[in-house]
Amino acid sequence: MQKIMVCVKRVVDYNVRIRVKPDGSGVMLDGVKMSVNPFDEIALEEALRIKERGTNAEVVAVSIGVADTQQQLRTTLAMGADRAILVQTDQPVEPLTAAQTFLAIAKKENPDLILLGKQAIDDDANQTGQMLAALWERPQATYASKIEVGADKVTVTREVDAGLETIEVDLPAVITVDLRLNEPRYVKLPDIMKAKKKPLDVTSLAALGISAGQWLTTVKTQPPPQRQKGVIVKDVAELVDVLKKKGLL
Amino acid sequence: MNNILIVGEHDGRSLNPATPKCVTCALTIPEGEITVALFGADTAAVAAQAAAVKGVAHVVCIDRPENAHPLAAILAPQVAALAAGYSHVFGPSTSFGKDLMPRVAALLGVPQVSDLMAVESAHRFRRPIYANNAIITVEADPARKLVATIRVASYEAAAAAGGIADIGSRTLEVALPAHTRYVGSRTGSTDRPDLQTAARVVSGGRALGSADNFKILYSFADKIGAAVGASRAAVDAGYAPNEMQVGQTGKIISPELYIAIGISGAIQHLTGIKDARTIVAINKDGEAPIFEVADVGLVGDLFQIVPELERLAGA
Repeated sequence: MQKIMVCVKRVVDYNVRIRVKPDGSGVMLDGVKMSVNPFDEIALEEALRIKERGTNAEVVAVSIGVADTQQQLRTTLAMGADRAILVQTDQPVEPLTAAQTFLAIAKKENPDLILLGKQAIDDDANQTGQMLAALWERPQATYASKIEVGADKVTVTREVDAGLETIEVDLPAVITVDLRLNEPRYVKLPDIMKAKKKPLDVTSLAALGISAGQWLTTVKTQPPPQRQKGVIVKDVAELVDVLKKKGLL
Repeated sequence: MNNILIVGEHDGRSLNPATPKCVTCALTIPEGEITVALFGADTAAVAAQAAAVKGVAHVVCIDRPENAHPLAAILAPQVAALAAGYSHVFGPSTSFGKDLMPRVAALLGVPQVSDLMAVESAHRFRRPIYANNAIITVEADPARKLVATIRVASYEAAAAAGGIADIGSRTLEVALPAHTRYVGSRTGSTDRPDLQTAARVVSGGRALGSADNFKILYSFADKIGAAVGASRAAVDAGYAPNEMQVGQTGKIISPELYIAIGISGAIQHLTGIKDARTIVAINKDGEAPIFEVADVGLVGDLFQIVPELERLAGA
């Protein structure tokens, strides 16, 4: 294992409460805290652990987004990535375009393994890893909760609806990671200082030959229907009574 | 005329209930004709079930030994080949469909609509983003094939009987990769109803305190014929296995009755239960966010309440 590529997305922080703009044109993003997509952070942590277990693989973090995405890439460098690449664009990037872009980078970098989160917590699309694997004509192992790296193959335990499934894939491969794979490390101050000296290259969609095509047009954004606040009952007998009256027990 | 292909989910014996839900969604596409495709080693038994689902016009079986386990890398090129002649290709928003369909979309060079929750027209749909905190309406190019995963919690299952579909089989001349191999599975063996389709769900959170304490939930659930779920916190703590997780990154469910026990109600959890008909919350913290969405709330000690509830529920 010589090189691991980790794809990361800049997203609205996990703790921010999302509000829809009154005119339905989108969600309010002005001034909100942005972070590395939490699933991508788990992917990076796993790459670092594979490196630290003795493979000594180079870990390259790649992102696509606005110029400020450099902040999130600096976080990945502080966590331990060796270098970072930003494909800078002001256009919104849909999963198929993201997959095409990561493919272009993969063709230059020739990684043995590509790790990324199973979904981004903004669009919840859950597509990019699978699309990248298809375009790269390589195996995919989605929703990984355990990864065992061999010489030329990887054994992956996947979280599926029925429980856990184990598959074996030849390298190079794309793995998308689930929540319980690991717990990402905290970044220490000296690491942040060191990260400033690590290489962060900036390129563009055009330089990679990618046209930022619009695949789906978002015509409206609405708040979800709200549930009405219900009643508080005083004891179990009253609860059972209410549920029986509703025909639920 | 819209030709809709639904990739059916099954385990070799039974059609997964997610597939009849996809049929209900497909029936809302104007001027549609629905075909269910079944990939497996031997899909005869499942084909009979799919053909009986009301609204299905055709069932196509693609039987070959390599299809014994649903590996996305093996199935995707076959689905893509079969998709010729169809305007829409749907799969369920389950771990099976979420794994497979984006690979199909990429092979076809088209985008995917994930978690499709409502059809406005043949190429205009609604779907949730930001853990269901916003709903977007998206429009796809009618000149392209439309690939989507269907948010099964948004649809009732089409009737399992009364359908009169014909059953055919297809041989697809598609080279399959050897780079992906099935090794094995560990499935939670349980006699309880399936979490994703159960009418009643009892769910536990971190306040349960241990895997052992979850037994009081299992006991209560068995008394009322409910499936058992868990919050992410409870699964992360090892109190319950991963397949029980309900929420943004777990299962999105829509039971008639959801009883949240010792679950505070993080946004990510609420995402998974917003479609439940009635939500009951039991929590010792009266300020817990779960009470904001609960239809009925009871503040108190779950370790006293749950056994009493079990006793009175059957009375």
